[in-house]
Amino acid sequence: MVLLTRKAEFSSSHYYWSEHLSDAENLRIFGKCANRNGHGHNYTLEVTVEGQVDPVTGFVVDLKCLKDVIHREVVDVYDHRHLNLEVEDFKNVIPTSENLAIAIWKRLEHRIEGAKLYRVRIYEMPDLFADYYGEA
Amino acid sequence: MKAYLSRRYMLSASHRLYTDAYGEEKNYAIFGKCANPHGHGHNYVVEVTVSGQVDPVTGMVCNLADLDSCVRTQVVERFDHANLNLDPSFTHQVPTTENFCIEVYHLLAERFVHATLERVRVEETSNNFFEYAGKGKHGTPSSRS
Repeated sequence: MVLLTRKAEFSSSHYYWSEHLSDAENLRIFGKCANRNGHGHNYTLEVTVEGQVDPVTGFVVDLKCLKDVIHREVVDVYDHRHLNLEVEDFKNVIPTSENLAIAIWKRLEHRIEGAKLYRVRIYEMPDLFADYYGEA
Repeated sequence: MKAYLSRRYMLSASHRLYTDAYGEEKNYAIFGKCANPHGHGHNYVVEVTVSGQVDPVTGMVCNLADLDSCVRTQVVERFDHANLNLDPSFTHQVPTTENFCIEVYHLLAERFVHATLERVRVEETSNNFFEYAGKGKHGTPSSRS
């Protein structure tokens, strides 16, 4: 079994605000991330898949296919969008890094041919990232 | 759903790798220039990974402000611009980055209560890093296949 990782980048805006919390609670919990005018990040996505190395091609998965599916399912949907206002995935959940990792996992899980999704890692900044492994 | 959150912190510290258990010749044989008498320093990167269920309201494993506060108080303020050999943690052990990584893990495991500490990774230079996830663990889920 070999793990293979492909990176992609996208830039999006978001804010942190829950309708289940009062204004004061939102501001206390989320700080400046609760600014309703939003703010943005350059996100880096790392998608790791696992699989057996094909004895003929030497591939776990065709990287071009993996790149295409990441772009079609994630980058084209999220890039240069306001995640709260324009992306269906975040209609009912806040687009935190944790929720981005989970949403991206759901988008990719059954769409990678020949390999199994192992991990989604999303960097919000170079010093902050979230991982999701499909765990309940 | 269980997710993992990682945050990286920087600190600069000096150390000297030398043990009184061995003579000078053997120290230099083992530690090389790291045994030079006046020490040397690194820009360390401490990467802390915590895990937990994502809160359905906040969307967070834990509040980043709580993690930052704990790591800064317990680790960064203690070791930044310090000589590791003089810290009480290293009175009886060599401040290799393996040992430093384990010390940081224990400092945080005992004090960070808002999520589960999974792993501490310490980068000593851009070419070498060390990870500790508690006794007998390595900090990431095993393959699900």
